Amino acid sequence: MNIPYTVETRPDTGLANGKLGIWLFLASEVMLFGALFSTYIILRTGAVEWPHGELSVLLGAINTVILISSSVTMVMAWASLKMNEWSKHRLYLILTFVLAGIFLVNKYFEYSEHLALGEGPWASTFLAIYFTLTGLHGLHIVGGMVVMAYFIGPGAKMAKTSPDQFTNRIEYTGLYWHFVDLVWIFLFPLLYLL
Amino acid sequence: MHSDPAEVKKTVRKYFMIGAALLVFTGITVVANLIHLAVPLAITVALIIATIKGSMVAAVFMHLNHEKKWIYGSLILTVVFFVVLLFVPLLTISDTFGTHINAPGPPTHGESGAERRD
Repeated sequence: MNIPYTVETRPDTGLANGKLGIWLFLASEVMLFGALFSTYIILRTGAVEWPHGELSVLLGAINTVILISSSVTMVMAWASLKMNEWSKHRLYLILTFVLAGIFLVNKYFEYSEHLALGEGPWASTFLAIYFTLTGLHGLHIVGGMVVMAYFIGPGAKMAKTSPDQFTNRIEYTGLYWHFVDLVWIFLFPLLYLL
Repeated sequence: MHSDPAEVKKTVRKYFMIGAALLVFTGITVVANLIHLAVPLAITVALIIATIKGSMVAAVFMHLNHEKKWIYGSLILTVVFFVVLLFVPLLTISDTFGTHINAPGPPTHGESGAERRD
């Protein structure tokens, strides 16, 4: 049985089902991160003092540049498909995957530096919320990389059998990826600068 | 969302320009941090810049500047619940609804503190 409205839009919503589905998923993600941002506020406002300068602003800024660049390459991967430029699509999608990998490597060095100094999540309230927020965000990066790897590898076959559906799937992946970028845009100043 | 290839081609330049603007705003955030503003002002400035950057990502990269009403509807609901969620911590500070707390006074003659608490 074919799943309906994967390419054509539903008459009542004016959207393909996948599009509405990914936005509802992102809405649930907003609430997940919202709960943790709320936790950050209560911990920070309740703290007698809040540490400054514990994290490397340089590493955080580099990771921000990496994620913003990956958002540009992701949207270009989708736009290239729309313009029927397959090789450019592949290049941009692989670039996005690589940038995501560099982000995680950067994060690994950051984490190991803290852990080597005994600054784990148990060491202070600030480090607890830092590891929780960035850890959850990092898991989202890994999730995005798994999806991208699928579309770079076995999932790319669909581009020949059902190109419109494939383009839609890349768009949904992009929406998720931009959301992950958006969360980091708020995490960077909250954890690294303030 | 654009569906026509010619329309998409026109927006490509816009994607790169928005990307560049986001990088510039990131630079401004870092530089503003070096100025060592007072904490409340620093938080305000950083969050304003982050909101501008987030809006650019949502509007252009996520195509929210021209989406269907169902998407806007679900997002409005999300924003409402998100704001409620952010203000939940305030209840822990001002949770005096329906409760009246009396500070215990000194025990009267022949009455122990434990009895008073009961």
